[in-house]
Amino acid sequence: MSARSTSVTADVKLIPNGAGAAAVLAAGIGSFLVAVFAILADKVAAIKSLMNFYTPTGPLSGVTTCAILGWLAAWALLHWRWSWRNVEVGRVTAAAFILLFLGLLLTFPPLADLF
Amino acid sequence: MEITVRSLWTMIHGMGFGALYLMACSGALVELYRRYYSHSDAPVTTRDESFLSIYLAVMAVLAWLAVLTGAYVIYPWYRAAPPPGTASLAAFPQRLLQSSPSTSAWHSIGMEWKEHVAWLAPISITMAAVVVYQYGRNLRLHPQLRNAVLGFVWISLLAAGIAGFFGAMLNKNAPVEGGTTIHLIEGGQ
Repeated sequence: MSARSTSVTADVKLIPNGAGAAAVLAAGIGSFLVAVFAILADKVAAIKSLMNFYTPTGPLSGVTTCAILGWLAAWALLHWRWSWRNVEVGRVTAAAFILLFLGLLLTFPPLADLF
Repeated sequence: MEITVRSLWTMIHGMGFGALYLMACSGALVELYRRYYSHSDAPVTTRDESFLSIYLAVMAVLAWLAVLTGAYVIYPWYRAAPPPGTASLAAFPQRLLQSSPSTSAWHSIGMEWKEHVAWLAPISITMAAVVVYQYGRNLRLHPQLRNAVLGFVWISLLAAGIAGFFGAMLNKNAPVEGGTTIHLIEGGQ
């Protein structure tokens, strides 16, 4: 085994889970926001007009830009709060998966049209 | 043999970025299982560690390129409105699909779902890349975090698969065509 590929498992120093949990929860929030903004832009004419950031792409440009900005803002905030400590990562990842699945389901037009 | 600029961009978006991302997903899943779920106590090496970090970072770049080219290059051609009195809708894919009850659902369900669900892929894979980069070998000591990473990679594969499937079907029913024609090879007589 070369010096560059030295085994490193034995001397692992445990890193707090907060930074990882922040990234996971923020990704769930971002996925959910894509669906929320898409539904709002579809149902409310004023929001649809506001979301028209780039005319050739239409409201999709605003929907996705707002969702990404929300995701990054949530990530920055959670990272700032949690990065150097341990959090209840089981509950955090459960919340993230719920938000992710809601994002997946609510982007499906027949379900989004229920609102 | 020739291709239009719009077809070329559609190919770059779908086959260059999208299909490559889908294939890369299976590699990432295999690597994550091999590394973190194997019963083997084989140590994780620094080379292994940086390989997976770089692999996931490249996937994140591919996913972002796929959604950005889709939304800002191809989608405007897809949704363009024909001028009044246009006889042929061939250059206006959305209107072409909506003009027939047998194809309108490809737009109202296919494109409407694809244009939003696709964004879950770059969000998920960016998170996975950052967590693997931050934690590396430490991820073995955080089972819930690594389960979350694995779950999000699975969902990113599903989201990209949905987008890829509908992208292919939309392009089959109403291809995005037009723009300058590029002559590739001169055909024989």
